[in-house]
Amino acid sequence: MSIDNANRREFFKVGAGLTLAFYLPPSLAASNLGKGAASLANTSTPPLPLSLNAFVRIGTDDRVTVIAKHLEMGQGTYTGLSTLVAEELDAAWSQIHVEAAPADAKRYNNLFFGPMQATGGSTSLANSFMQMRQAGATARAMLVSAAAQRWQVAPESITIRQGVVTHAASNRKARFGELVEAAAQLPVPQDVKLKAPKDFVYIGKHVARTDSKAKINGTAIYTQDIHLPGMLTAVVAHPPRFGAKVKSFDATRARSVKGVVDIVEIPTGVAVLGKDFWSAKKGRDALSVTWDETAAFRLSTAEITQQYKTLLDSPGATAKKVGAADTALMAAHTQLSADFSLPYLAHATMEPMNCAIRLDTEGCEVWNGEQAQTTDQLKIAAALGLKPEQVKINMLYAGGSFGRRSSTQSDYPLEAAQIAKAIFTAGKPALIKLVWTREDDMRAGSYRPQFMHRITAGLDAEGNLMAWKQRIVGQSILVGTALEGYVKDGIDMSSVEGAVNLPYATANLSVDLHSPKLGVPVLWWRSVGSTHSAFAIESFVDELAYAAKKDPIAFRRKLLTEHPRHLGVIDLAMRASGWDKPLAPGKFGEKRGRGFAVHESFNSFVANVAEVTVKPDGSFKVDRVVCAVDCGIAVNPDVVRAQMEGGIGFGLSAALHSEITLNEGRVEQSNFTDYPVLRINEMPDIEVHIVPSAEPPTGVGEPGTPVVAPAVANALFAATGERLRQLPFRLGAAKSA
Amino acid sequence: MPTLNINGQNHKLDVEPDTALLWALRDTLQLTGTKYGCGIAACGACTVLLNGAPTRSCVTPVSAAVGQRVTTIEGLPTAKTGNKAARAVQAAWEKLDVVQCGYCQSGQIMSAVALLTSNPKPTDADIDTAMAGNICRCATYHRIRAAIHDASRALA
Repeated sequence: MSIDNANRREFFKVGAGLTLAFYLPPSLAASNLGKGAASLANTSTPPLPLSLNAFVRIGTDDRVTVIAKHLEMGQGTYTGLSTLVAEELDAAWSQIHVEAAPADAKRYNNLFFGPMQATGGSTSLANSFMQMRQAGATARAMLVSAAAQRWQVAPESITIRQGVVTHAASNRKARFGELVEAAAQLPVPQDVKLKAPKDFVYIGKHVARTDSKAKINGTAIYTQDIHLPGMLTAVVAHPPRFGAKVKSFDATRARSVKGVVDIVEIPTGVAVLGKDFWSAKKGRDALSVTWDETAAFRLSTAEITQQYKTLLDSPGATAKKVGAADTALMAAHTQLSADFSLPYLAHATMEPMNCAIRLDTEGCEVWNGEQAQTTDQLKIAAALGLKPEQVKINMLYAGGSFGRRSSTQSDYPLEAAQIAKAIFTAGKPALIKLVWTREDDMRAGSYRPQFMHRITAGLDAEGNLMAWKQRIVGQSILVGTALEGYVKDGIDMSSVEGAVNLPYATANLSVDLHSPKLGVPVLWWRSVGSTHSAFAIESFVDELAYAAKKDPIAFRRKLLTEHPRHLGVIDLAMRASGWDKPLAPGKFGEKRGRGFAVHESFNSFVANVAEVTVKPDGSFKVDRVVCAVDCGIAVNPDVVRAQMEGGIGFGLSAALHSEITLNEGRVEQSNFTDYPVLRINEMPDIEVHIVPSAEPPTGVGEPGTPVVAPAVANALFAATGERLRQLPFRLGAAKSA
Repeated sequence: MPTLNINGQNHKLDVEPDTALLWALRDTLQLTGTKYGCGIAACGACTVLLNGAPTRSCVTPVSAAVGQRVTTIEGLPTAKTGNKAARAVQAAWEKLDVVQCGYCQSGQIMSAVALLTSNPKPTDADIDTAMAGNICRCATYHRIRAAIHDASRALA
């Protein structure tokens, strides 16, 4: 095999971005892309799988490897990306294998984020839809050309089905593996034709998840499972308050713990390194640290809430201003106002944060459930005095993220890097795995910010919305980060999304924002701004409907005539839930209620009908949630359903249970005992219905989350007459207060 | 040095007797299918079978597991007790694509296997009781319930 690598390099335009597609033997593709590729011209190692482009590699054993640039954190992205490739390649599903892409923002950037490799904002399938199909179609065209040349027939006369290349007229057949070496010698076609939707065999149909088997038999490897010879486990003593630092520490007792190997001070605390987790943890427990708390954040939740309430009374930065809301409110037939309050929330992924790293004279290598390659590469490189390309990142399965692993500060990867640096600087081999305990994870910040909303609205006598005025108070996620440049005129869009694009028709809309600066680290949390805006808006619209004595759905429909996709999910959820029929009564003494909510986030539209039963003792159960979703083309309908089910469960955790509170700056929660989350006995029956669509696919990881809390609040109101405007819900709190 | 019977094999472990079984499995034997989630028996990710009974390995000292049969997710296919239920459970989990992030699923499966071994026809209430100790933050509960019923039908 003789390959002039330089001549094999080709560019082709894909969708919104430019992708470098070039032939690359797999040993290199899997390790260090590009470096030393030319030396392979003389290699005689047979037979190598061939990279037909940056996203597809085919082996002589017929194995099709899809290179995934996005993190698989549960949302089904590996399956979705593979579906797109398999579709255009006409591969058999059993041929498909997935491999994580290396960190390389030039080739594996998120096309919606610019020159940045990251997974987030429910963009994985949306930004990859054309790119991965192009990759599959390009590889297919090369296989067809190779077969045409071998058989001396016209390419148009060749078909591929389920991984078999066929020339029907001469009854000749070939497997991918038989053609791939010849295919790799061909020029990369520039203009491949994609399939028409009517010809789809995988998109919109059911395929099995690519990660099911490994996650069922225990062989799937997460960062927590990385074991390399000589690797030490690091457990870190963190300060009890945000902003505090190490003053001094006594490691005498910790050093005497069997298995403890080293103890180093790092900017975020004191790291104890042990031969395994148990000894490192015991070592940390034996450590005595004195903290310098001069710069520590010391407010309590009650004080923060009081600050927020004060801010609700004064105008903030203008996020949206159409017409004159104040004037219109004075003229309204009915005026309503209500405040909504939501706490800090932890992501509480099942796999607490962790990160493995090796640092040597050549550079460093990271193992992580990597959600933000480019950010982490830059931050780690800066901390270690390396070039970003010297930071090699292995993206592993993540045991959940919900936004947590895409830290604007690279908090935990950077902590791992600092530990490695401290050891390496002392002249010792630096190969460590940082493990946060559940308690570390829950107290480390990066919370969904606490938020309050005040909405005031006016209706005319017919129930038309004369004015909508919404004031929002909550910490900005972007201020103080590298993304602060996106904050324009005091508006962090992630704080006001859902409100500034209020779909309900009104001539007078005003949204303003206060972004108090507090020393609590905050971050995006599954569906970000919509986690709070949807609760406030959809609860309040329900209040308006009752004030106007209208059916909550009919009231909304009338205000959404310009929003056909909202109407689409509303009508589907209404039909599927039997909204027009009375809700079956509960047992004697029980009250039942049904509530509705609809919300657009990440360009997807979701409606929920929730049914609840309230028992005589005031406890309640969410019995059933009917969900309708419009996410454009549903590439994998079963994954879409799974994300809606999971999103609803995640949203219910926050609605029913979860909150992070502070006592003089100390986080009061530590584990699932004091930060309860949804368990199986509380999971409602969920039905998911997908709106058929020919629109390009939009996200499903996040949009299922924000709709259920207002739907349940509205159902509880229907059942009891009590409005719950604070999360987590405390039914009866209004009466007892 | 405690000796443990894990997945049918005896292992002499170079760990302190108070070491949690979870970390002996994970760090000493590299049986990483059993996961760390909370360390206080609050989430179920670390569930293993001790003589067939679901047990939180994160709060079980190695010393307490001496003389007992320890079965982990890796040992399910060859387990003396429950391997029929295990096959049905894992098949149902795959058929219904229960997993999302997957991190809790070893624990979920161990709890489900223990349930179906002792009660091949569980009701929804039985499932709630047996599985409420296993948290799934992806909230795959809906499919876990369906998969347990599916496995139950397959065992009938």
